[in-house]
Amino acid sequence: MFKWLEKNLPKIVMAPAVGLIGWFVYGFVLWTLYISFTNSKILPKYELWGFGQYSKLWASRKWLISVDNLLIFTALFLIFCIVIGILLAIFLDQKIRAEGLLRTIYLYPMALSFIVTGTAWKWILNPTLGIQKLVVDWGFENFTFDWLVNREMAIYTIVIAGVWQSAGFVMALFLAGLRSVEDEIVKAAKIDGASLFTVYWKILLPMMRPVFFTSFVILVHISIKSYDLIVALTQGGPGISTTMPALYMTQTAFHKSQVGLSAASAMMMFMAVAAVIIPYLYSELRRENAR
Amino acid sequence: MQDSLQSTYKQLEQKSKYTNIFLRWFLYLILILFASYFIFPLYVMIVTSLKTMEEIRQGTLLTWPSTLNFDSWAVAWGGRGYGAGDTYLKPYFWNSIKMVVPAVFFSTFIGAMAGYVLTKWRFKGDKWVFLFLLFGCFIPYQAILLPMARTLGVLGISNSVIGLVLVHTVYGIPFTTLFFRNFYVSIPTELVKAARIDGAGFFKIFFKILLPISAPIIVVTVIWQFTQIWNDFLFGSTFSFGEAAPIQVALNNMVLSSTSVKEYNVDMASAIIAGIPTLIVYVLAGKYFIRGLTSGAVKG
Repeated sequence: MFKWLEKNLPKIVMAPAVGLIGWFVYGFVLWTLYISFTNSKILPKYELWGFGQYSKLWASRKWLISVDNLLIFTALFLIFCIVIGILLAIFLDQKIRAEGLLRTIYLYPMALSFIVTGTAWKWILNPTLGIQKLVVDWGFENFTFDWLVNREMAIYTIVIAGVWQSAGFVMALFLAGLRSVEDEIVKAAKIDGASLFTVYWKILLPMMRPVFFTSFVILVHISIKSYDLIVALTQGGPGISTTMPALYMTQTAFHKSQVGLSAASAMMMFMAVAAVIIPYLYSELRRENAR
Repeated sequence: MQDSLQSTYKQLEQKSKYTNIFLRWFLYLILILFASYFIFPLYVMIVTSLKTMEEIRQGTLLTWPSTLNFDSWAVAWGGRGYGAGDTYLKPYFWNSIKMVVPAVFFSTFIGAMAGYVLTKWRFKGDKWVFLFLLFGCFIPYQAILLPMARTLGVLGISNSVIGLVLVHTVYGIPFTTLFFRNFYVSIPTELVKAARIDGAGFFKIFFKILLPISAPIIVVTVIWQFTQIWNDFLFGSTFSFGEAAPIQVALNNMVLSSTSVKEYNVDMASAIIAGIPTLIVYVLAGKYFIRGLTSGAVKG
């Protein structure tokens, strides 16, 4: 008995972690999947109902707007974060004075919650006393900036705040990548007469492929899950013009009490994330095995 | 001939020196412009929180307050003292502390143990077990909200700090395991083998050999977990309301509450109070924060 215990101690110690994740992650996802095939309203029902919730979901105007918004947001969020992140990383890599201070400034938004920064941006972007007033007071009297309350433009305010929060993070990833490149490679290229621009564009950036990949995966992941920022900044409004899937899911579940429908939307999000993450994990694992 | 060549060369050198200086200034200009873009919201938050509403209406976002007025900070923290309907952050700040401390402790401990077993007591299929845990870093939490809400209800801990401790402990395990596993992988297994030959057991090896050298990864993990749990809004807003809410939820409710006139100065003071703990940790231990971020950065 004692011998058995001693022999299996590592597995016993491992058990809580595996058990908790098995139950709370895998079990729960399966439960949500099951519920998405039922006609559950306030309380879960367990008779199967087929794909009804999914067809209801894709017929819902609000869901289609959510998906549209997600695509717009993801595209802009990705482009701006990566471009700004790379530029800052390259600029900081030029033996800059006070690099540490600048890096700290670029990255501090990551330490704050989206609720905190969303509250700040909401105040900055509000059309009466915010940026609009600032620019008008500077003498541009016809300047208007009402994106926050404008149906067409409100989604872009979320992009502004989201990029501000996450661009520094891409900078940190690329800076770490650039620093890990051997100095000799850069020196050799310079001796061959390559300009600094060529060195980065033709040699260093192509070497950063894995960093691009990682940033891409992480940013897409952040954007699919974005919830807090929208709640703090627009609550999905004006109207429903800035809803996104994560917000749709919680509203459908907890305000409208359509549990089955919201489970279906959750599974759509799950599949979107899986489509990005599984290839990523696969390639990471292959890289680790190759080492 | 020789002379003219020399002088053209000198001219060229001079010219490139000027372009270099110019480029250098340009570089700093861009870097400083970006720095001001990043600092701008923080600056606006701080100055707004120190102004009176009168000053806010008259000035702009950038105007400096005429006097340093901490009244809105006092209101944000302790309320106005008129009882019902008076929301302020103090009780929710303590809720968050009561939630963060045990959740960080448990998730870090479980992760450390799991990382230890996965690297130093390897068994058949341990790679798959790691992958099994790792996937938990990536799931969108919307896919587990509904069953979690029901489970907390069944356990009788919905809308309580204990419920949130459980939730944050569980969903922190994949990250803490990842951190510790990647750290222990780089520590020579010979160390453990030698200790085993000397007769040291499973726990003795962990506490006497590995734990004393784990300080850096413990710092990384604790900072990561602290920041994530303190800043969480999704779980907090879904599983708790009213008096058990953590600070981010309370902040959001305060800002959204549409009673009478909007007091932007109180809003900004509240936001700073809710952000200050993680900001302090970031400033003091930025290096460890970044390390956690770049290796576990999957969770937004």
